[in-house]
Amino acid sequence: MKHIISLMLENEPGALSRVVGLFSARGYNIESLNVAPTEDPSLSRMTIQTHGSDDVIEQITKHLNRLIEVVKVVDLTEGAYTERELMMVKVRAVGKEREEMKRMADIFRGRIIDVTEKSYTIELTGDQGKNDAFLEAIDRTAILETVRTGACGIGRGERILRV
Amino acid sequence: MDTSKPETISAPASSGHTQELTGAEILVKGLQAENVKYIWGYPGGSVLYIYDALYQQDTIQHVLVRHEQAAVHAADGYARATGDVGVALVTSGPGVTNAVTGIATAYMDSIPMVVITGQVPTHAIGLDAFQECDTVGITRPIVKHNFLVKDVRDLAVTLKKAFHIARSGRPGPVVVDIPKDVSFKKTVFEGYPADVQMRSYNPVRKGHGGQIRKALQMLMAAKRPYIYTGGGVLLSDASQELRTLVDMLGYPCTSTLMGLGAYPASDPKFLGMPGMHGRIEANNAMQHCDVLLAVGARFDDRVIGNPKHFAQNERKIIHIDIDPSSISKRVKVDIPIVGDVKDVLLEMIQMIKESSMKPDTSALGGWWETIEGWRKRDCLKYDRANTSVIKPQYVVETLHAMTKGTDTYITSDVGQHQMWAAQYYGFDEPRRWINSGGLGTMGVGIPYAMGIKLAKPDSEVFCVTGEGSVQMCIQELSTCLQYNTPIKILALNNRYLGMVRQWQEIEYSGRYSHSYMDALPNFVKLAEAYGHVGMLIERHEDVEPALREARKLKDRTVFLDFRTDPTENVFPMVQAGKGLTEMLLGSEDL
Repeated sequence: MKHIISLMLENEPGALSRVVGLFSARGYNIESLNVAPTEDPSLSRMTIQTHGSDDVIEQITKHLNRLIEVVKVVDLTEGAYTERELMMVKVRAVGKEREEMKRMADIFRGRIIDVTEKSYTIELTGDQGKNDAFLEAIDRTAILETVRTGACGIGRGERILRV
Repeated sequence: MDTSKPETISAPASSGHTQELTGAEILVKGLQAENVKYIWGYPGGSVLYIYDALYQQDTIQHVLVRHEQAAVHAADGYARATGDVGVALVTSGPGVTNAVTGIATAYMDSIPMVVITGQVPTHAIGLDAFQECDTVGITRPIVKHNFLVKDVRDLAVTLKKAFHIARSGRPGPVVVDIPKDVSFKKTVFEGYPADVQMRSYNPVRKGHGGQIRKALQMLMAAKRPYIYTGGGVLLSDASQELRTLVDMLGYPCTSTLMGLGAYPASDPKFLGMPGMHGRIEANNAMQHCDVLLAVGARFDDRVIGNPKHFAQNERKIIHIDIDPSSISKRVKVDIPIVGDVKDVLLEMIQMIKESSMKPDTSALGGWWETIEGWRKRDCLKYDRANTSVIKPQYVVETLHAMTKGTDTYITSDVGQHQMWAAQYYGFDEPRRWINSGGLGTMGVGIPYAMGIKLAKPDSEVFCVTGEGSVQMCIQELSTCLQYNTPIKILALNNRYLGMVRQWQEIEYSGRYSHSYMDALPNFVKLAEAYGHVGMLIERHEDVEPALREARKLKDRTVFLDFRTDPTENVFPMVQAGKGLTEMLLGSEDL
């Protein structure tokens, strides 16, 4: 089952590699991983998307907690949460395609953020399913390049992860 | 706690006027403040300033080993025997890579250690400098934590954190990597911090009261209870509390390889060691109990065998462990209690005293009868009548008979001799049996023994080893002479890598692929070449006199080369993948 694990960790060199090393050493999966400093520059917030049985996820969160630099761990999927991923897609856009691509971007509430004579770069934000759906909806041969941030999650309402 | 900063550091322990010191001097002051008495190490380019600072003080004794692996093992052995943090010091590059085996050994058995490693100067890091390696990267998976100190101003706090992390919670080795320029740069030293708190690291000590109460109710209602204890009891120094609890309950008790001595082997409530080479009564009780209290043990594959087979019998499991990730890792647990073993056991004892809870003594009688039935099978019997060869078990039994009740430490290496020592030497006291259980590192025996002997000069230290293992750190005989750490080495020399040979006999149809050692050294002459005493023992009747004579040579290291029966195997044996009760009891089962 898919899980989104959020963690706060000390913003120190090497902290990221400890997390990644833990996953590879113990044979856990990482589907996507996203990390950046928070409003408190001494802390980083990391979102890991993974999958596994309940037992495996329990071990993952326990082992993450065991890392000295990890301050807090929460499995967002245990409660209500919101998930977003940023995707940028560069597509071929010549002739009739230009109109079609613009329309598709509008339908998916994407924005065109770069334009050339032959291409558009479209920015899309949504859960991963939506971004997948966009890629399915457009002509695959028109896709020149895609880049995705991976899932980024936050609890709903009063569910707050802070130190 | 103030959470705006990553850590809060309390006032320095030693106030006084501030002074400018080099990193190396600060390091030494920190080690002194941590009450470090011994460092095992080996100098090299990157640590010369540190060695220079060590030269100019006399409270810490440095021991120059002959190989960095042994430095870490010796510090590890010292930590296992005393409970203090062991300290090793090595140089960058090869110094570190040589130390890796020692660090991994300590990590697998949760031994508190601080390993200080030299590093190339900060400006040279990443440029493939001479004797450079990514120490933090290489050691990351085998340490509790590691640090690269890039600024001399961070050194004192980092060292404090290193000791704090190493000894608290589930202990473990911590590496502090110090670039050469950090060791010679000067900074104002305002004293070594007395304490450090980290917002990201706050191990629990006290167990959850409600869980403990539930556990006790379950324990009291048990018809076939069993107490399974591991290395955590020793690490927590909870041997006394364990004894009190077991005696209050009257329940059968077992200790794993790592936990031997926590409960006295000579007590009838002790069923011996469980596991792959465990006793019938210990393994059967594990399988057939209805309530299992696991104390500082981790349901290791060498202890419970095939987990599917283990799960065939229904039982309730209570698990006390300081590390939540040890709980429900291999075996699903019904009542987890996260906390320090000593604290939790104390609370259990207190609760029993304050309540009217009583064990179900009538059910217990039947359970003990069953256990006695298993015990009667005397699974550790061997061909005692055969005195035409030296049986390795006989050597260990003789050593035990001679040293029982005395101030003695036994170290071992890894293999058959290790299992025989664990099976036939009845450990009655904690921290007296020193071996590498988790990683199973051959070569630890001599460094462990010399590490202990240095700290415990009045105790007798025996290293039970094999002719294979002992050659992996044999160079340390030289260190034993230089630092006057007279140990007694008992090599159970069967000319084979015995445990490998045993597996090949049982599982590979007797194809002894590369398990026979031809061209062994003359160990007697080797010991003499190193300045020690060597003894060759080839006959059964010479075993006891030889041991007696060796013990008389109190101030000499003695190498006893026992030529033992090359065909002897360790029994009982649970083959890999088999269930705990599917034991081979002797060669007749093969």
